[in-house]
Amino acid sequence: MSLYTVQKLLYTLNRDDAAKAEFKAVPSTFANRFNLSDEERAAILERDIGKLYVLGVNGQILMHFAALCGIEWADYLQLMRDGVIKYGPVREGVYAMTTQTNEKVAGV
Amino acid sequence: MPLVFAGACSHAPGITGRRKLAPKELSKPFYDAYGEMRDALHEARPDAVIVLAAEHFANFFMNNMPAFAIGMGESYSGPIEDPAWLGIPLRTARGDVALSRRIIIEAQQTVDVAYCEEWQFDHGIMVPLHFLDPDNELTIIPANINCQGPPLTPLHRAWAFGEALRRAADSVPERIALIATGGISHWPATPDSGKINEAWDREFLRNFLKQDKQAMLAYSDEATLRDAGQGGFEIRVFLAAAAAARGKGTLRHYAPIPIFAVGCTVAELEVA
Repeated sequence: MSLYTVQKLLYTLNRDDAAKAEFKAVPSTFANRFNLSDEERAAILERDIGKLYVLGVNGQILMHFAALCGIEWADYLQLMRDGVIKYGPVREGVYAMTTQTNEKVAGV
Repeated sequence: MPLVFAGACSHAPGITGRRKLAPKELSKPFYDAYGEMRDALHEARPDAVIVLAAEHFANFFMNNMPAFAIGMGESYSGPIEDPAWLGIPLRTARGDVALSRRIIIEAQQTVDVAYCEEWQFDHGIMVPLHFLDPDNELTIIPANINCQGPPLTPLHRAWAFGEALRRAADSVPERIALIATGGISHWPATPDSGKINEAWDREFLRNFLKQDKQAMLAYSDEATLRDAGQGGFEIRVFLAAAAAARGKGTLRHYAPIPIFAVGCTVAELEVA
């Protein structure tokens, strides 16, 4: 029930093929291994990139989860912007957004 | 024998993963500069290359985060990322357990390092290797400074780590090269991706290339986060490289490439 635990889950997924297989097969079973709040659990199971970004997940962890979910780079950036519009500013960590939601610095 | 080569370069995953999205007139001079550094590195005939990186949760996490780490494995595999996403095929790089051990023992005289008999490479090491060792010929010793999960080691400790690596490289009979890899200002993996503070980068590079230790140590993490983004914390690897090389630098390339999310840098330092 913390940003740490959410990131631990994603870190485990990013680096462990067995964890990836388990998550793909039965996501909720995999998620049950971690002590998540309802909000965190829903964000993981719904692959809600925008919410995970707002929760403060480090981008170096989140971008790999997005890739695992088959999300293209431009869509990944937009999902984070949409998350800030929907859920408000990033709540924790050092990956807060400093550009505007309608700004695309690199054109994507 | 004394360190035979010292260089610094960018490692952002977009450099290989999003290469098709970059304007060729921007990306080609950068790739060419990487090629020039590859040739210079191989001409130095290193027996092993220490790749000093700022890794991103491939091996280390906040349950047990070392400030400094050095690999001591027989071999290292990567990328940990999807090879198609990163645009770099899987490889297993050769390590050297006994050489790593001797380097670690000497480095520990002044800096406490975590040693790692297992280590997976993420883009932080794979991108440089892709350009600098395309045929997977070199013996690699990975090293790392935590630049991701605060609290981060102070800059003067990163400097001390560079000094320790130099002393360790000089203490072994093998020919050791050092490649430091990190970004300067950047806001990677966020909606800000592509933002680059070119003026800040150029000032930092001036300090780096002229070995202005006082100026390099004067950056505070608060100001770096404000002006150079969370990616700016990776200046630690540049500081360590400067401390290791002791000599002035030559910039082969610097240019912001927004779709690569970093000011793309290739620099070499004189070993003095």
